[in-house]
Amino acid sequence: MSGGMSKIVKTISNISFPLVLIYGLYIIAHGHLTPGGGFQGGAVVASGCAMILVAYGSIWTMGKIKEKHLSILESLGAIAFIGLAFLGLIFGFVFFKNFLIGEGLIFDNPALGLSDIYTAGIIPLMNFAVGLKVIAGLFAIVLVMAYATTKKEAETK
Amino acid sequence: MIYNIPFIAVAALVLIGLYAVVFKRNLIKIVIGITLIESGVNLFLITLAYRQDSTAPIWHGITASSNNVPFMSLPVPHALTLTSIVIGVAVLALMLSLVIHIYRHYGTLNVNKLGGDEE
Amino acid sequence: MMSKRTIAGAIFFSIVAVFLVFSALMTHSFGNPDETEMDQYIIDNSQGEVGADNSVTGVVFDYRGFDTLGEATVLFTAVAGVILLFRRLKK
Repeated sequence: MSGGMSKIVKTISNISFPLVLIYGLYIIAHGHLTPGGGFQGGAVVASGCAMILVAYGSIWTMGKIKEKHLSILESLGAIAFIGLAFLGLIFGFVFFKNFLIGEGLIFDNPALGLSDIYTAGIIPLMNFAVGLKVIAGLFAIVLVMAYATTKKEAETK
Repeated sequence: MIYNIPFIAVAALVLIGLYAVVFKRNLIKIVIGITLIESGVNLFLITLAYRQDSTAPIWHGITASSNNVPFMSLPVPHALTLTSIVIGVAVLALMLSLVIHIYRHYGTLNVNKLGGDEE
Repeated sequence: MMSKRTIAGAIFFSIVAVFLVFSALMTHSFGNPDETEMDQYIIDNSQGEVGADNSVTGVVFDYRGFDTLGEATVLFTAVAGVILLFRRLKK
């Protein structure tokens, strides 16, 4: 798993990675209208990133993306999720309150069955925060475990 | 009794996973057994949410106050299953990291040969 | 037969097997759960109060948001633990 695979595998994964990315982001963004949401879409995008890791080798991928940056991204997602909960405490006097319903600001159209995307209060924002957290977390786990099993085979105790 | 087939499938999954945990000696096979028990519990949670001739709890086309509301299945066990699947992934990641460290330190994956050689 | 550990494992496994098979045949039949008022309330009022068409997302993020908060914490702890276990200490 340290070196990459042949040129055919690299070309096919280059072509199909944007399609997997758009499919996963579509599942995350429409989480309040169709089945799906933050966790499911994040798992789809993370498996697309694992396909890139397998095709190019773990040494090349670790040279491009360090796990420090992925850890910072995941912490940003967690802070955004908890920040939305505390904003519910500030604006609505209840922890985790859906404070955008009834205000008339942005995500406030009534849900009628065939709804548009500007419904459901703070749920789309929470979907994006959780989706970012899951993408960064699962990619960091796979990258760290794949890199650690290549370099240290010569120095077993 | 033939209408309880999903519950019998849950019992079969848990029993196969428990057999792999109790009677096998390779560490990777024990980890796979724990994952099988997890899958059996997730299947049990989804099975509790079904009502006869019901559909998914998603509104498309009509609101809740119109005339012929469709018959929907219960939405709370679906939410509990989502949480359980994510927790299973987290436990599996930590278990596999510990197995890698054990192999690097002892050189073997046999459970009967671990431990006991202090420095 | 082999050792005391195998016999103890076999007794434990058979007790759990009898318990599981017996209880799988004695639950309610598949498709007829007992009626709950909580789920009926969620189905009726989820489109008006939360404003989402997806009732499952309404339960996950609004009616039971604390479970999602705990799950996000578990995921963060798992990633932190894996990165900690594979850290290379630079001399």
